Order: sequence, then C-alpha cells, then structure tokens
Amino acid sequence: MGTAPFRSPPPSFPATAAAAATRRPAGGSVHSWDLSTGVDGPGTRFTAFLAGCPLRCLYCHNPDTWRMRSGRRMAADALVAEAAKYRAFIAAAGGGATLSGGEPLLQPVFAGELLHRFKHELGYHTALDTSGFLGARATEALLADTDLVLLDVKSWDRALYRRLTGRDLGPTLEFARRLADRGSTVWLRFVLVPGLTDDPANIEGVAAFAASLGNVERVDVLPFHTLGAAKWEALGRRFPLRSTRPPTAERTAAVRAVFAGHGLRTV
Amino acid sequence: MTTAPTAPTAPAPSPAPDPAPAPWQGFAEGPWCDRIDVRDFIQRNYTPYEGDAAFLAGPTDRTTALWEGLGPLFAEERAKGVYDIACDVPSSITAHAPGYIDRARELIVGLQTDAPLKRAIMPYGGWRMVAGALRTYGYPVSAELEKVFTEYRRTHNDGVFDAYTPEILAARKAGIVTGLPDAYGRGRIIGDYRRVALYGVDRLIAAKRAEKEELDAPRAGGRTVEEVIRLREELAEQIRALGELKRMAAAYGHDLSGPARTGREAVQWLYFAYLAAVKEQNGAAMSLGRTSTFLDVYLQRDLAAGRLTEAGAQELVDDFVIKLRLVRFLRTPEYDELFSGDPTWVTESLAGIGEDGRPLVTRTSFRYLQTLYNLGPAPEPNMTVLWSPALPRGFKEFCARVSIDTSSVQYESDEQLRPRFGDDTAIACCVSAMPVGRQMQFFGARVNVAKALLYAVNGGRDELTGAQVGPDTGALTGDVLDYEEVAARFDAQLDWLAGVYVHALNVIHYMHDKYAYERLEMALHDRDVRRTMACGIAGLAVAADSLSAIRYARVTAHRDATGLATGYTVEGDYPAYGNNDDRADALAVRLVEDFMAKVREHPAYRGAEHTQSVLTITSNVVYGRKTGATPDGRPAGEPFPPGANPMNGRDTHGYVAAALSVAKLPYAEAEDGISLTSTVTPQGLGRTREERIANLAGVLDGYTAVGGFHMNVNVLDRATLLDAMEHPEKYPQLTIRVSGYAVNFTRLTREQQRDVVNRTFHHSL
Repeated sequence: MGTAPFRSPPPSFPATAAAAATRRPAGGSVHSWDLSTGVDGPGTRFTAFLAGCPLRCLYCHNPDTWRMRSGRRMAADALVAEAAKYRAFIAAAGGGATLSGGEPLLQPVFAGELLHRFKHELGYHTALDTSGFLGARATEALLADTDLVLLDVKSWDRALYRRLTGRDLGPTLEFARRLADRGSTVWLRFVLVPGLTDDPANIEGVAAFAASLGNVERVDVLPFHTLGAAKWEALGRRFPLRSTRPPTAERTAAVRAVFAGHGLRTV
Repeated sequence: MTTAPTAPTAPAPSPAPDPAPAPWQGFAEGPWCDRIDVRDFIQRNYTPYEGDAAFLAGPTDRTTALWEGLGPLFAEERAKGVYDIACDVPSSITAHAPGYIDRARELIVGLQTDAPLKRAIMPYGGWRMVAGALRTYGYPVSAELEKVFTEYRRTHNDGVFDAYTPEILAARKAGIVTGLPDAYGRGRIIGDYRRVALYGVDRLIAAKRAEKEELDAPRAGGRTVEEVIRLREELAEQIRALGELKRMAAAYGHDLSGPARTGREAVQWLYFAYLAAVKEQNGAAMSLGRTSTFLDVYLQRDLAAGRLTEAGAQELVDDFVIKLRLVRFLRTPEYDELFSGDPTWVTESLAGIGEDGRPLVTRTSFRYLQTLYNLGPAPEPNMTVLWSPALPRGFKEFCARVSIDTSSVQYESDEQLRPRFGDDTAIACCVSAMPVGRQMQFFGARVNVAKALLYAVNGGRDELTGAQVGPDTGALTGDVLDYEEVAARFDAQLDWLAGVYVHALNVIHYMHDKYAYERLEMALHDRDVRRTMACGIAGLAVAADSLSAIRYARVTAHRDATGLATGYTVEGDYPAYGNNDDRADALAVRLVEDFMAKVREHPAYRGAEHTQSVLTITSNVVYGRKTGATPDGRPAGEPFPPGANPMNGRDTHGYVAAALSVAKLPYAEAEDGISLTSTVTPQGLGRTREERIANLAGVLDGYTAVGGFHMNVNVLDRATLLDAMEHPEKYPQLTIRVSGYAVNFTRLTREQQRDVVNRTFHHSL
C-alpha cells in the first residue's frame, strides 16, 4: 500500500521509502528494553522502547526517548535475540512483545522487521504502542504483523492537540480510521490531564470517535502523573506541568464512565 | 455447626455435639493402617478441589471476638518488646499449667505457657541467651537457675565453644561465617505432627518401641557401637516425650491415646503435637509441615455427615491459625536485628501436585489462605504455596488475589520439589524442603562470599579490622585489579572457607544433638531419617557483580597505610547480575557451583548430605554493615540484597528479567533453596483487579516454567511504606515479604525499613 501524504511533513524526518527499498539488515536506534506486566498490552511482555519521537507532549513521561540519536544503535538481530530469552517464560505466563518509544513508526523499517520476527520467529503476540501521528508510515505488512495497536489519541480538539504535542491531530485520526477499516484490534489510550485534556467536550469527542470506529476493544484512561518530572530535569528542561496535580480518583472514574456510556470497555 | 463451650468453668470438651464416628470410620484402608505412613493415608482419602473461592466463609463473631481480644496484648508487646516472660521455670512439654486466651470462646486450646504471649525460657540451647534476654527486658534472673545451667548442667552453647577451633572463632568474629545456631535452637526440623491425629500417641509409642527393639544387638544393622547406643538413648527420649505430650494434653482435658475422631479433634491433636515442640525448642524456624490437605480429610468427613458447616470448618482453621500466630520465643534484641523482628517461621506448605497428577489442593488449602482475610494479614504462619502451572485455575487465582491483597504468601516450585523429594514434602523456614517425617536438616546459616572476595584482594586479611583471618594468599598490589589474579585467590579463600565452615557446623550439630536434642520432633520422624548439612551463602550478587566489574570494567583498589584495600573505584560499565545477561549471571552460577563442590569435600557430621541455600532473610542488612566496600562500587556498610536477589537498583530491565537471572542458579547445587523477593506495585501487574490476578498467576507459571525455585511477592506502593515508617500505629498489620518469609513492617528497625523502601520498586509507568 502506498503512503498517505502528511498534512505537514516535518522536514527533519528521514525518507522511508528508500530505506524500505534497500533491504539492508535492519537496525535502529533503541532507547531501552524492559519486561513489564499488564501495562504494555496483555500479560507479561518484552517491550522495546525505540528512540525518537516527532511529538513533544507536555506531559511526556519519557522525554529521554525524544531524540533518535540519544538511543543506542542496535541490529534487529540483537534485539530479537534479547526478546528470545523470554520465550519459555512468556509462553507459560501469557503475554508477548510490544514496540513502544518514543514513536516506533519513526523507524518504520526497523519496527516492521522487529514485529515480523517477534511474531513469526518467536511466536509472540505483538503490540505497537503509537501516537498514530506517523501512521501513514506503517505498511500493510507491518500492520499484518501487529496483533494489537495501542493508540494514544490524546485529544479530539485540533487546537488542543497542537498545544499538547506541537503537531497536527489529523494523521492520528486518519490512522485510527485505517485501522478500523482493516479490522485491526485497538486499545485506545487517553491520558487525563487536569486543565488540558479533561474538558468535557474533548472527552465526549474522543469517546464518540472511538465508539464510531468499531474496532476499539478497550479504552485505557490513564491518570496524569508527575513521576516523569525527574527525567525532564535530568535533561536540563523544566517539566511544563510541574504544578499540575494528578486527577482525583473520582474524576478519573467519571471520565471512564463517559467512555463506558458510549459502549466502550474502559479500564 | 461446632459450637464453643458455653461454661467457662467446664473442662474444655473435646467432642462435637453430634456423636463422633469411630476414628477411622469411612476412610479408605491401605498400608497406612499397618505402618506409620501419613502420605499413604492422604493419597487414599483426600478430595481434590478444583473450584474457586466462592464457597469460603468469613469469620464468625466468635472468631472475631477472640482475635480482637488479643489486640491490646499485641499493642503492649509491640511497645515493650515482650508482653511477659515466665522467667523462673525452664520450659518443657509439661512445665507450664494450661493457658487460655478466652476459655469460653476457644475451639482449639493450648498455649506455650499459662498465658498468651507469655514467653518461656529454654536454656538448653544456651544460658547466656536466656539471661541476656531476661536482663534486657527487665526480668529477674533466677540465681538458682543460673547456678544449675552454669555449674551443674551444660548447654549446647557450652559444648560448642569448648570444641570450636581458634580458626573457627576468628572466622566467626570477623563475620565471614555468620548467623550460626551455636547459642540457640537450630530449628528447621519438622515433626510430622499429623501422625498424632491419625494414629494417637499410644500407637506411635508402640512403633518407637519396635524401632528400639531392632537395636538391641550392640552393632544392630551394621551400625557402629556408638551409633547404636546413641540411637537407643534418642529413642528412649522420644518415647518419654510422647508420654509427656499425652500428659500435657490431659491437662487441657484431652486424651491423645487414640486417633482423632472428628475434624475438631484432628486439628486439636495436630496442634497439641506442634505445641509440645514449641514448648521445648526455640529453634530458629519451627515449621508446621504440610497439614491442610491432611486435615481436609477429617473436615470433609464431618461436612459430609452433617456434623459441620462451612462456617464451622473455617472457624476451626481460624482458631488454629490464631494459636499459630501466638507462638513466641524469648530472644535478644541482637538476634531480632539479625532476623528482622521476631520470626518463628511457622511455615505451612499448601497445594502442590501429587505423584499421580492429582492436585493436592483441597477446600482446606483455601481455608488456610482465607485466614489472611478473616484475621487480617500476618507474617505467621508462613503461608507457602507449592506452585505448579498444573494447579487448578481457581486456586491459582485465589493465591494471586491473596498475594495482591496481603503480600503474605510465598511460592516455591512444586516442579522442582516433587521430582526430588516426593509429594509429601514441606518447607522448613523459608526455602528448605524436606519430606515430612523422613528427612531433617542440620541448619547451617551461611558464609559471606562477598567478604571472601575481599579476602582474596587482601590476602586473607579482614578489610575492616586488618586481622589475618583467612589464609595468607598474598595481597594483590597492583592498583587495577586483574580478573585472573583475583579469581585464583578467591578460589583459594573459598577452599579455606568451606573447610572452616563445615568444621564449625559439625561441632554445632554434634553438640545440639547432645545437649538440646529435639526429642518430640524426632519422635514424629522415622528412626532412620535422611539428614542434610544445610550450608548457605550470602552476598552472592555483590560477589558476582564485583567479579563482573573487575572483568568488564576497570576497578582500582585504594589502600590504607598498612596496604589494606578498603575502597574501590569503578570506571566504565559492567554487566550486572539480575538483567538476564549471561556474562554476569554465569559468574553467579559458577560461584554457587564452586562453593557447593568445595563444601562437599569436607565430611559432614552423622553422615549428612551437603546442601546449600542462597538465602539471607533480612540479615542482608547486618551482613552488609559488616562488610567493607566491594569492587562492584558498593560502599562499605551498604546492605546486601536479600537472598539471591540482584543488587538493589542494578536490575534495570524489570522484575521478570531479574527473576530469569535468579532462575539460572542451579537448584541441584543449592537444594536448600534459592530465594527471590519481588516487589511490584499494583499498577505494575495490570490496570484492573482481574488483570492483576491473572497476570500474577501467569508470572508464577512463567517463573516455574523457566526453572525458578522460590518467589516472594510483595504488592505494595512506596507511599504506603513511607507513611508506615512515620505512622506505625496506623499499620499494625502491614506485612511484607522479605527473602523467605513475611515480616511485620512496623517491627523492622528504621534501617531495615529504609532498605526495604530503597529496594527496587519495579514500577512500570
């Protein structure tokens, strides 16, 4: 499938069509990898955080993954070998492998290779954790190798999205519709940030959109937290939301109820 | 339903209101009828339960009133250190008059002394520990008893110190050999307390007499003259102890001559047997065994006959567990610091799979865990689930739920245990497996291998005192440590250490058998038991990381004026143990294998087979304090991680990666157990309760599948712990699992609390 044009392609992005065509052994920039349970998709998962992200979310808790060059260059072989160490464990425990970041689709060839090998070589259930902003770079082959997309929609309001992330909302919505059209399983993620994303109209908009897609298996409403603040400081930056408090449990429950009201399963 | 006696003055009644059956009525017969064989009885008679927890009953008003009545006593104990001491009578099975919590309400009776939480003195292990504890807590030290136990009657402690060599004393003083049971009861022996319920005491005495008669010939069975004499004396003592057990029970109005007839009697008989053991021995760990599925046979029979309801069955288990929570020993504050609080390790092993493939899960396995809800979380009894992926799903999910709610359960791999020890195996203390009634161990505490590594650098001199403790292998003089040089000298220091260590343990256990023999516990064993010499190592992660740093980074030693290396600088990165990275993990594996091989070279007392553990309880804090800076960059005095855990904060890929590193340690070379403590936040297991339960059960399946042995699971958040440090009164029951057992967080020292808080919180955000 061809690539859909960006509404406003950032000039700094490397071209991907050429990279896809060269068929060199895949490698990429990796921030880290981790074993996690219950937070990056179902069960216990090998989660690789790829380095680099086109967004600059105000509430980002991983600002150390923003720049591709701050990651470690790794061959796909090495990362697959690392993931392979957990086959027996994950087979018994239930789980799989997740590509997260950063934005994994900033390195679509690398990401595609990893998902393909996680799924077919290691037999893992695969998940892709993405903002959707670069969804156009996800080839059909990549999506066929992805069992679950964790899609972070952040906002329904275009102006708010730009304020939150510095980018356009359009590509994310387009990607969401594409996933719906091809029947990909999606878990939608929505970070609830008091004073930013918690406007009732915004929540209602996201919920209505999610419900309209038909392929959203569940919605994770994630209460904003400040535990990433230290990472901003370590990078010499001020955490923009340092004075924002996490939402109350009641408020979070109320937001979940809005999604549930649209027939969506929320957690 | 079984009801409580109503008249406080009546002798405690034993029978249920309805007519009791004949003792073995309705039980499937088998070889167990003709010989002492509890396992055979269980296998022929138990009813596996494959359902979920929905059948369970909450606490009755009676249970709640009884338990809450103890609240003020616990508070007073917490404030004073001990609630009370029976300071003038050396304890024995019959030394103390019957004691009650609330006689009108108790279903299961019996206390160690004549009042709850009143601690007994047990001087046969050593008088100094007793006198020290009495003075510490402001109780009089009886001049008469002091005279008896210092002039007329020798103790285990006296014997040990007569026979220790200067080398052992130096190693002990330096803390490279440490935690030895040379001044108190060794523990980790599990009497088969079920035998008393199944057979009654008279039958057990007859069986012991028969065992003794077989030894009438001076060299019976090809034994040495000395062996025969010792065994005959021990059997005579065992028979005497069984008689005292009957007398003790009679004082409570129960006749233990014959088998138990009802569920209530089975619980009571079994508890009396255990109680006799803890009246006489203050062993470091006084574990219960594997009792739930055994008792289930009796409870099930009563339920089926309509003599008991579910609430009544749960009430019996709750009452039994209340008694187990009251077990106390008199110890010194130094001892409590080493062991983090006041542990008794009343370990109960639940579930597992039978050799025929049927799960050994019964409703009573659930009922035991249910006590953590009915009575609230608690470190004792030490609930230990023998885990297998083949356990019924309903039970697995209930275990995971209880772990998430209480952090009071530990898990050991039934897949490692069953092939080696059979399906009637129980855990003593934290991770020490033994077939119940057929095997015992000589508890050997541990050596500090991190310190041994420093001795390698310093040519056998202690890094804190400068004293020559180990052999003089020549101090390394180069600034930058060379891996091959260090490794060769480390090997030599470990050779020496293994020899000193086994020698010390032989002395200890010879003397313990001689002066503080566990007559009641051993009366509930077969005569010809398998014995293991349970060695152990502490500081595994620190030693492995130090070797890794020397090999893969650049480590510079800093020496004082006498040439003693006391500090190290690490330049560059090195792979750390705990990240599922073979470069580092292989160093830990090799250290376990090497030390086991070295220990095996030294003959063990009484033909014991050598084993070892990688387990430190929370003594990791004390061991760390007594160990200088290490080449991995750890500063002097900083705590070691517990058990086989990676060094705090060095495992950077999550607790599953850390668990896989630990799972590489070969259980065959550490059959006394390998302990892993995992601490996760609730969020780190999933977003919903159902997800967390399923995911935790999955993690336990995964760890078992990759050959892991033991896992403690703490599910809590940092904020809770910090708040508990500041406001202990708000969290009287806050339990966390550390290494092989659970501790009450508010009873830890501040330093230990900080250690727990600083320990990696695997926190996925």
